[in-house]
Amino acid sequence: MNNRIDQRFAGLRAQGRKGLVAYITAGDPDLDATKRLAAAFERAGVDVLELGVPFSDPLADGVVNQLAAERALKSGTTLRGILDAVRALRAGGCQIPVVLFTYFNPVHRYGVEKFVRAAEAAGVDGMLALDLPPEETTAWEKQFESSTLRLIYLVAPTTPDARIAEIAKRAGGFIYYVSREGVTGMQQSLAGNIAAMTAKIHRHTRAPIAVGFGISTPEQARAVAAHAEAVVVGSAIVDRIARLGGSADMVGQVAGFAKSLVDAVRG
Amino acid sequence: MQKLQSQPDKQGHFGPYGGMFVPETLMTALKELAAEYDRASKEPKFKRDLACYLNEYAGRPTRLYFAERLTRELGGARIYLKREDLLHTGAHKINNCLGQILLAQRMGKRRIIAETGAGQHGVATATVAAMFGCECVIYMGEVDMARQALNVYRMRLLGAKVVGVSAGQRTLKEAISEAMRDWTTNVRTTHYILGSALGSHPYPMMVRDFQSCIGREARRQILKKEGKLPAAIIACVGGGSNSIGIFHAFLNDKKVRLIGVEAGGRGIQPGDHAARFAGGSLGVLQGTRTFVLQNADGQIELTHSVSAGLDYAAVGPEHAWLRDLKRIEYTYALDDEALRAFRFLAEKEGIIPALESAHAVAHAMKLAPKMRKNQVVIVNLSGRGDKDVQQAAGILKLE
Repeated sequence: MNNRIDQRFAGLRAQGRKGLVAYITAGDPDLDATKRLAAAFERAGVDVLELGVPFSDPLADGVVNQLAAERALKSGTTLRGILDAVRALRAGGCQIPVVLFTYFNPVHRYGVEKFVRAAEAAGVDGMLALDLPPEETTAWEKQFESSTLRLIYLVAPTTPDARIAEIAKRAGGFIYYVSREGVTGMQQSLAGNIAAMTAKIHRHTRAPIAVGFGISTPEQARAVAAHAEAVVVGSAIVDRIARLGGSADMVGQVAGFAKSLVDAVRG
Repeated sequence: MQKLQSQPDKQGHFGPYGGMFVPETLMTALKELAAEYDRASKEPKFKRDLACYLNEYAGRPTRLYFAERLTRELGGARIYLKREDLLHTGAHKINNCLGQILLAQRMGKRRIIAETGAGQHGVATATVAAMFGCECVIYMGEVDMARQALNVYRMRLLGAKVVGVSAGQRTLKEAISEAMRDWTTNVRTTHYILGSALGSHPYPMMVRDFQSCIGREARRQILKKEGKLPAAIIACVGGGSNSIGIFHAFLNDKKVRLIGVEAGGRGIQPGDHAARFAGGSLGVLQGTRTFVLQNADGQIELTHSVSAGLDYAAVGPEHAWLRDLKRIEYTYALDDEALRAFRFLAEKEGIIPALESAHAVAHAMKLAPKMRKNQVVIVNLSGRGDKDVQQAAGILKLE
């Protein structure tokens, strides 16, 4: 088990604790800020860092993440640049598990086989492609299997039982449960059926579940943590990055918010 | 050759193209749609109902008109126009909308959404939604709303809500993304009437099938009028629904040249055109794997065309496949050429074509003079140009 995601979830399980997955768009506002945020998140106790690969047409994202992708692209962020940033983080001793959260086209364009090797070498631990359901990964799964990179799949509230079983069989790292029918973004209230759906997924697999989409506050994160191994918070963090922009204490304030989320889920 | 028409496979792959590249939340709805379409298309009653609406409501079959004066002016092949522009709502789009609204009824989905570029598909969707008493929301880029203002008003008259999309370059691509976001959020109650042979399976197959009446009619009509098949068929290609619609019945007729015309815009430089086969590469966009205009990092490039309906960065996956098989050839017409054809057809035949269809006419103007006088060309006149009059008035200064 030489994958940081697997190690982290094993550690959490051993300690009887829940994890916090923090999402930011890589390169928002620039890749230097991303590196500083990653290091600060590690110090804050964030368990997994999801780095969004900015894409020109983010059809599964709400406005907050769409704008983040625009800012990241404007600062010249590319997949290649993100891999370089992860490599630099690892060289500096940062060991936070990193998942690239992406639309498929940038990876497809890079070349899947080449990407798997480059991401592994850079120190990336997993990939989750929003628009790449298991039906379309058959051609590429082998390349992931022969690497230390985990291919992470989504389960949605609309996913029927038989399909959950199929996805669970192929899942690497953890299962990302999309708690809401809709796009990414902050929400006032939690979706209703999280407990029932995570229980259903747990019946098919021992793989950890991370629940995301629409979880914006420490209170919401704590409530969701009761039903899953980890909670994902994205837009609420990205929104703070947007508002604080280039201000001197942006990294400190955002990491402080991440710390409040970590504390909430650890209980 | 039968193989050509029996595509795609069960997951919607046309060779290496097509497929289902969508978020997990939509997978179940797409599979249900594919299953419902499969059931419906085997039922005689569904076929009868659809044929009835196509004939009685939309005005099929459309005429195959011999354009005598155009033929004489160009001095070559005999040119026929397949008059999809005479259909109710003014374009071929209604063929697909009628098929899909019947499916939505069968699935019990009472809320209808759609994207639109030129507004023709939005109008056709708003029309069938009105007739069936469904709630209707149309997503349209703000740039397109400005250049197709008449269609925006038509949709509102028909009771649809038109939502402007202000993201990105504010044209068709962004409208599709916004429609997909809506669908992801409301998937249990809503059917998304995608307007072209694009996106995830089953849309490219289903939209093609609903549009293939164009080619079946044209084949029958030309055999009756000329006693032989045409030497060439020309159609414009945005997503590619009118073109695959007219080409499909002729795929096995190897001697019939099938020519798709993309939007060359201001010329084939990045950001100036929408000719995916001239300037694109293999990519994955909005549900499908196909030829896409993108940069070296896989970001989608800006597009430009004078015609909103052709102004899109990806092409329907079956087109990519049939191009690989060398069954369809693709070329492009520039903005200026399309505008010249727009005016030429108006002046010589008294027919104002949609700017989209004018791209096909523009290519016919290049090709027909080089052909023999006993050869026949069919141009798919996919839509009428009323919607473009205001825009054309701003470009073509007429005294």
